Amino acid sequence: MVVFDKPHALTDAPMHYCPGCTHGIVHRLVAEVIDELGIEGKTIGVAPVGCSVMAYNYFACDMIEAAHGRAPAVATGVKRADPENHIVFTYQGDGDLASIGMAETVHAAARNENITIIFINNAIYGMTGGQMAPTSLPGQVTQTSPYGRDVKQCGFPIRVCEMLSELDGPEYLERVTVNNVKNIRQAKKAIKKAFQNQIDGKGFSLIEVLSSCPTNWGMTPKAALEWIDERMIPYYPLGVYKDRSAQEAQDK
Amino acid sequence: MAKLTFKTDICKGCGLCVDACPKKLLRLAQEKINKKGHHPAEITDEAACVGCASCAMMCPDCVIKVER
Repeated sequence: MVVFDKPHALTDAPMHYCPGCTHGIVHRLVAEVIDELGIEGKTIGVAPVGCSVMAYNYFACDMIEAAHGRAPAVATGVKRADPENHIVFTYQGDGDLASIGMAETVHAAARNENITIIFINNAIYGMTGGQMAPTSLPGQVTQTSPYGRDVKQCGFPIRVCEMLSELDGPEYLERVTVNNVKNIRQAKKAIKKAFQNQIDGKGFSLIEVLSSCPTNWGMTPKAALEWIDERMIPYYPLGVYKDRSAQEAQDK
Repeated sequence: MAKLTFKTDICKGCGLCVDACPKKLLRLAQEKINKKGHHPAEITDEAACVGCASCAMMCPDCVIKVER
């Protein structure tokens, strides 16, 4: 009996990500969820600009490449064009979603667009070589903050889930991580719920996944996963930030 | 007894599977080198593997297939 194998919704193309990068894990979780829900034929993914810019090579479903940060806007168009027959998700990094694409993200959430967003937060710009991102932690050393992020000069990191949870629009917001097996299982549950919400027509779901970037953090893959536990989770606490349906059911 | 199959050619030698194994049965084969130039992961004692698939769950590249 096969206990574990590559999901059908991932292609056979070898991934270009650095050794130990958790992008591959999140790709697999999304593909497993697509398999389990049986929606591969009608799913359309929107790839971002960033390390996962070539996500269209790895997902077996239809994919579109969006301009930098505009994936939620493209996804809005795709979903509105044929809302009954398509499941639309975007897969974005923090430099894409939380920086240049912040406006599109906030407005898609405010409109409660019926799309699913997978948001990879690794606290750094990975593809361009490790510059400071809007999500870089105070004091974090990056290429453009060699003495550590100075919050007086560069401001504070943005907590996307907390910020969006203040809006009335979004249906579901959860922050998860993939730094050990237990957290990977939780992340998969969250991603599955985000897709199920879209199938049920409930609206905007965003899953923030705390990820590692061993290359640009300058760590071994193992140390990077530990750094998530030690540094990132205290600043970006895990959990469900908004679940409107559950809240409404509770209020009744 | 579980059976692990490694797609050795796409392994990047990151070692996340090695740390994930609760029974510490995996290692990076220092005497081998794959097409990508990495030391690929391999299992040391397949008879002791219980097939929990923790290694496969942690692998970013779907290198490991687990059968039980």
